[in-house]
Amino acid sequence: MTDAIFTPNHFRAEREGDWARLETLLNRVEKGSARKLTEAELVELPRLYRATLSALSIARETSLDADLIGYLEQLSSRAYFLLYSAREPWGRAVMRFFARDWPVAVRGMVPEILLALLLFVASAAAGYALILADPGWFDAIVPPGLANGRNPQAAVQFLRGTLYDAPGEGGLEVFATALFTHNAQISILVFALGFAFGVPTMLLLASNGALLGAFYAVYLPKGLGWGLTGWLMIHGTTELTAIIVSAAAGFHIGRAVAFPGERNRLSAAKAAGERAALVMIGVVVMLLVAGLLEGFGRQLVRTDDGRFAIAAAMLALWTVYFAFGGRRRGSPR
Amino acid sequence: MARRAKVGLARRLVTPEGVALDLRLASGGARAGAFVLDALLMLGILIGVSLALVAFHVGFGAVLGNFLIVIWLLGFFLLRNFYFILGESSGRAATLGKRVMKLRVVARDGGRLTGGAIVARNLMREIEVFLPLTFLAYSSAQGIADQWTAALGLGWTALFLFFPLFNRDRLRAGDLIAGTWVIETGRRRIGADLMAKGADRRIDFAPSELEVYGQYELQRLEDVLRRGEAGAMAAVADAIRAKIGRYDEPGDQAFLDAYYRALRRHLERRLLFGRRKRDKFDAA
Repeated sequence: MTDAIFTPNHFRAEREGDWARLETLLNRVEKGSARKLTEAELVELPRLYRATLSALSIARETSLDADLIGYLEQLSSRAYFLLYSAREPWGRAVMRFFARDWPVAVRGMVPEILLALLLFVASAAAGYALILADPGWFDAIVPPGLANGRNPQAAVQFLRGTLYDAPGEGGLEVFATALFTHNAQISILVFALGFAFGVPTMLLLASNGALLGAFYAVYLPKGLGWGLTGWLMIHGTTELTAIIVSAAAGFHIGRAVAFPGERNRLSAAKAAGERAALVMIGVVVMLLVAGLLEGFGRQLVRTDDGRFAIAAAMLALWTVYFAFGGRRRGSPR
Repeated sequence: MARRAKVGLARRLVTPEGVALDLRLASGGARAGAFVLDALLMLGILIGVSLALVAFHVGFGAVLGNFLIVIWLLGFFLLRNFYFILGESSGRAATLGKRVMKLRVVARDGGRLTGGAIVARNLMREIEVFLPLTFLAYSSAQGIADQWTAALGLGWTALFLFFPLFNRDRLRAGDLIAGTWVIETGRRRIGADLMAKGADRRIDFAPSELEVYGQYELQRLEDVLRRGEAGAMAAVADAIRAKIGRYDEPGDQAFLDAYYRALRRHLERRLLFGRRKRDKFDAA
């Protein structure tokens, strides 16, 4: 009873070298970057992967060596994920994000953006109307720490000072950084809460809108409405846009989870999640800009005209960028 | 057996080459362990950098005070939001905690793990981890009436925190919207070739003596041989001897090695003819 020509011994002896080679290449790629491999090794990697994969198929059908099959199984999976999940280099990914992915993703959620904008404006109007009708509402809407004495009973002179006075001391950079990190954290929270079908996102957005309306109710009746707009909008055209967009991103995933439409829930959630994530990276970038404008720009530019010029320029920039950025020439998208 | 594996953590992925790969999802415990490791590491980094900045401040005076505050604020923000994103963007698609627990993130459809997916799954930690923490801090700082609010809030956020335990794929809220899941990536070495080892001592077995077992028993025997514990080998050898009625070979190791080789050769030959005998009850 001699061994037949085709036996597992031959099978293993012939291929073991390839497997070991694949293992060392995988180890090197996982330790460092793929750039450490030479040209020849880069060509070799997929070949070794396919050889291992076919060895796995053969082993499953012809061999009863559980250890060998298990080994081939994990080696193939490792190689598979390394080869098929390779990402493009950072530099190119960043370029593509700004050139196409971000504006395209924002355009993919226009209905949600309109909804968020409507909700924000409506709650601002509600906050404004409530306080004009009964100033007692002010304390309910605006936390005392935030109001800082800017309430309906404040004198005109004091309010004017809050808009145009030079900042008391230095430390603008700390102020700007604190604003940025705080706002960005809130916007990420607003986005993540969208997962709960968007309801908490609506609440947060509405409370922010009401806050804005409340301050208008303090300044507008004293003839400072124009000044407040300049004071707010120098960064607000960027910041409020970012907040509305982040709420829209939250609605977008909430909508996909609640009403997946024709696709199944998981794939709808995945598509929405990826688009929303791109938008959120952009939101963080926008809030960084807004933080700089609020921390430095507003304290250094203290005339209405200057503030409005910056506000309008930023608004135009974002609108044009989101409306036209990343469109391919000659194609409708 | 097979049905239990289906609803358990075993999953199947068919590669573009048409070969099915068996994956194993990470258990809830492994995920939690990896997260705790990462959280501890983040805490360690936070404390370390803070102390370094304070030391720097003390050493160089107040000139750079504001600058240090800016660094701390930005550092805190980056650490909180980008630690996980950065870790999972690496080639191994795993943070340090996941690496220690031998896990990695992959796209559920087996395709590319995009940057968008990584960002999406990690921004969700805001409601899964930091929101419960906020409510926890809030509840310990407030009066009775607000404690109820906080308790309700905590209960609500616990929904997100324990989300992975309520679905069979162990998806976090973040995994759900990113289209990802987390799998085990144990590395194993290739074992010795049991067919080559000690082939010089050959004991002949009659076909009837090899008919009594199937693939399942063969692989249990393989397991015992690879572990090589004398006690287990003696027990198994006794069982086989009793089953086939062969008492002429006294050495347990030699007997089992020879029987394994004979049985495997026998079963593999049948396998080549398309007949797989799964276990001793399989009549095929």
